[in-house]
Amino acid sequence: MHMLKAYIKDFWRYRYLLQNLIGRDFKLKYRRSVLGVLWSVLNPLLMNIVMVLIFSSIFDMRGAGIENFSVYLLIGQLLFNFFSEGTGSAMSSMLSAAPLIKKVYIPKYIFPLERVCFALVNCLFSFIALILVMLFTGAKLHMTAFLALYPLLTLFVFTLGIGLILSAATVFFRDVMHLWGVFTTALMYFSAIFYDPAQMGDIVIAGHTMNMQSLIRFNPLYWYITGFRKTVLDGELLSVNMIWVCALCALIALTLGLIVFRRQQDKFVLHI
Amino acid sequence: MNMIEVNNVSMCFNMAKEKHESLKEYLLAAVKGKLQFEEFYALRDVSMHVEKGEFRGIVGLNGSGKSTLLKVISGVFKPTSGSVSVNGSVAPLIELGAGFDMDLTARENIYLNGTVLGLTPKYIDEKFDEIVEFSELREFLDVPLKNYSSGMVARIAFAIATITTPQVLIADEILSVGDFRFQEKCEERMHQLMSGGTTVLLVSHSIEQIERMCDKVTWLEKGRVKMDGDAAQVCAAYKSLGENNE
Repeated sequence: MHMLKAYIKDFWRYRYLLQNLIGRDFKLKYRRSVLGVLWSVLNPLLMNIVMVLIFSSIFDMRGAGIENFSVYLLIGQLLFNFFSEGTGSAMSSMLSAAPLIKKVYIPKYIFPLERVCFALVNCLFSFIALILVMLFTGAKLHMTAFLALYPLLTLFVFTLGIGLILSAATVFFRDVMHLWGVFTTALMYFSAIFYDPAQMGDIVIAGHTMNMQSLIRFNPLYWYITGFRKTVLDGELLSVNMIWVCALCALIALTLGLIVFRRQQDKFVLHI
Repeated sequence: MNMIEVNNVSMCFNMAKEKHESLKEYLLAAVKGKLQFEEFYALRDVSMHVEKGEFRGIVGLNGSGKSTLLKVISGVFKPTSGSVSVNGSVAPLIELGAGFDMDLTARENIYLNGTVLGLTPKYIDEKFDEIVEFSELREFLDVPLKNYSSGMVARIAFAIATITTPQVLIADEILSVGDFRFQEKCEERMHQLMSGGTTVLLVSHSIEQIERMCDKVTWLEKGRVKMDGDAAQVCAAYKSLGENNE
């Protein structure tokens, strides 16, 4: 309890640093681009158009069951991008903070936390694109959309937890960076972003027949994305399963992340 | 009251003979039993007590552990054994401009670096003019720092770090940058801070400067305290080291 209090006090003292670091990333990202922050909206919008074109005409994976495929796809894209950007940038955060933490004492978790926050800020901006696509395709705006905050916040905690683990691991083994890139690509195809798992048949892996619908339940991202879609696109409440799976995955990831990070953080400065 | 207590601190670095930066290399080496580290003690059993308001100098040859000691005191390194306690806020000037982002302008960097040191934006707002005044770089405020000369960066950094009245100021070789006028200004500022009760730790290779500014001096040699005491005495002994070699 005493330790927790000290932690919170420490965090409170450095909240402005967190703010300033996010501000810096934001400025640097858009410095010298003509459209600036507009890219945060334009980028997902253009990507969405490309993906819709590919999956509805070239591959024709669009099942009859998916109503408003553009919005369905965009929600998946935005949440998945948040996760992959958040974890990916948190992973290298300790390495890029090296010049700073070698010279000044700063609580080290600030850096992965800042990267995940920055990814969230970007994600929030890109929700403007989501609203635009919804208006354009004539999707109904549901009151339940406010409940989408729940999968979003739990996804934030989940991403932070994974980010903490990755950032600590990368300090000791740079291989993690390369592996994680491959892993997220694989994960992308397995997160029901551009298909509905209900429409997928059984898949055969090394001679074992597996049902896609039950297999995908082991992917936490599936739950966050599906929960978000349910409230925003279908206008329904979150199911009980969604509520506890989202919270549990977030909690486990964060606890693991904090434990790993805390145990290793004093050694960081010797390895970067 | 002792402001800084350093008790029997040792700091050991593992100098891996080969650095294993990838998992494969590491595992291969581990399997072959070649995972050996050479231990290197940068500090051995160092104790130091600095009183409140003291101006303490640290001297020693290159590689004697001066910077490591400062980093241990400021909390960057956790000592391998022993304990360190500092009663109050620390403003570290280990390397000027450590927290700067070269792509940002000086104005933006003042805010970023200020918050690195734990200041609030409101406080920086209030002191902004004072910082700019001290650094004498008003007309370059909106220029990205990468276009600055190293002397200019040092000015800004020193101005930010000394804008508060920290309880402990840790300065590593920082007064060697800048021209002589700016150096004088820095010395003056440090004296000002001290009259406000700040404890200062200063590392410098300029023995004259140490003699002039410090009350007490600690002499480190190969990670151990060789001598500890009045500035005049220790400096005389340290200087005679040079003469003996000649």
